[in-house]
Amino acid sequence: MDRFVFLTVDGLSRGAVYAAFALALVLIWRAARVVNFAQGAMAVAAAYVAYSVSAATGSYWLGFLVAIVAGLLLGALVDRVVMRHVDHASPLNPVIVALGLVLVLQAVLGMVYGNEFRPADVPFSRSALTVGGVAVLSPYDLFVFATIGVVVCALAWMFARTAVGLRMRAAAFAPEVSRLLGVNVGGMLTLGWALASGVGALAAMLVIPTELGLHPHAMDLVFVSAFTAAVVGGLDSPLGAVVGGLVVGLLLSYVSGYAGSDLTPLAVLVLLLAVLLVRPGGLFAPVAARRV
Amino acid sequence: MSAADLLVVRGLVAGYGAAPVLRAVDLTVPAGTIAAVVGANGAGKTTLLRALSGMIRPSAGQVVLAGEDLGGTPVEQLVRRGMAHVPEGRGVISELTVDENLRLGGLWRRDRADAGRALDEVYQLFEPLARRRRHLGHQLSGGERQMLALGRALVGRPRLLLLDEPSLGLAPRVVARTMALLRHLRDRTGLTVLLVEQNVRSALAVADQGVVMSLGQVVIAAPAATLRDDDDLRHAYLGF
Repeated sequence: MDRFVFLTVDGLSRGAVYAAFALALVLIWRAARVVNFAQGAMAVAAAYVAYSVSAATGSYWLGFLVAIVAGLLLGALVDRVVMRHVDHASPLNPVIVALGLVLVLQAVLGMVYGNEFRPADVPFSRSALTVGGVAVLSPYDLFVFATIGVVVCALAWMFARTAVGLRMRAAAFAPEVSRLLGVNVGGMLTLGWALASGVGALAAMLVIPTELGLHPHAMDLVFVSAFTAAVVGGLDSPLGAVVGGLVVGLLLSYVSGYAGSDLTPLAVLVLLLAVLLVRPGGLFAPVAARRV
Repeated sequence: MSAADLLVVRGLVAGYGAAPVLRAVDLTVPAGTIAAVVGANGAGKTTLLRALSGMIRPSAGQVVLAGEDLGGTPVEQLVRRGMAHVPEGRGVISELTVDENLRLGGLWRRDRADAGRALDEVYQLFEPLARRRRHLGHQLSGGERQMLALGRALVGRPRLLLLDEPSLGLAPRVVARTMALLRHLRDRTGLTVLLVEQNVRSALAVADQGVVMSLGQVVIAAPAATLRDDDDLRHAYLGF
């Protein structure tokens, strides 16, 4: 029972990161109909910037802040300089370009920082607190939950309640009509990329210290898990991404805890395959509106 | 051109790809009037509206709105110049609620207080919409979508309203109500309307000016009453 509680909490903590990363994928998918395969590499690049800033100033929090800002800027830059100029006639084009971007980013990071793992700092202890003799969760886990909770709620509020959120949704659903109504559709698209990349950078900052450390490939496996989470939830559903992230986190935690950690990459792929076979639109796919 | 002409179009050439659909269109719409553009399928009526609102770039010619040349103005800036375009199929965003669709029509406005007033006025004008604020666009009937599209344009308090086939797919009763509403808006608020219609009879019944297009050109522009009542003209240009 103790072990089950531990694995559940650990899974949820990991799942929260997947949820954030999956949410970032969904943001871009909804805005631009592109699955951003470069998101992992972009997030790692932002984390390296944070690493440099933290190393120079000795402040974790300054680095944390800089990572998010760097993520936002990198997202806007990728949209304006690269993705905007890709012909979207075939859905494969942006995917190939994104994969190319991964190679470029990882090569540059490798040249600048070296292809070795660097230890990443945490602002809070990672040793678990015990409640009634059971090791439950660490202060760092709490920090992860709180941060991601705040970000998810802030995004949900922004999209549902603010003028800019309404513009972003309108631009994504009906770009031509939105332009006729005075919406700067190109600007909304850039904003979508920036927000998604910022959320991705945040997720990278949270998850990298719990893994092997900072490395140009540090987010590769996280990306696979988050992509699965996004597909499980349905690429169009932000709520689905969050639930999908938690489900994938729990699944991986149970599989690695009860069946051995060798099996976790396999478990992710089995889940991905199962969802694609049974419900290709994802568990949260809305019933398609009939268009007249 | 007189000072009272809100829209002046000179020698407008536009199309998709190499072959122009519009071949030198000239058109003048006085402020506070309704102009109906009629003509056979493929005459270039929808293309004319799309070229006016910048959705396709004209390759030659001039569009002047209230004395201001619109050449090169990006589409999203045109609402700020006072032009509203309700496109073919009406462009209701199915995934957004009625209220969100309507608010979107006024988001660009700096004067937030007046944007709120305009929204209230639209809800008073289209009572059924007020009862369905939280419904999604795709849950509406054809008539309600029509109201929503018109209302969304009106929230921006346009000077010129471009309407593409407002009667398409609607019951005659709903069409009559729409046409009556356009006349009401013209008389009460001085709205100028340029509408494109297949339904020649109902369009000429409401319009001040009738514009007949054929093969990408304006073949005649005359008072709507003349086109409606002069049998020879009607036979020659409208074929009934």
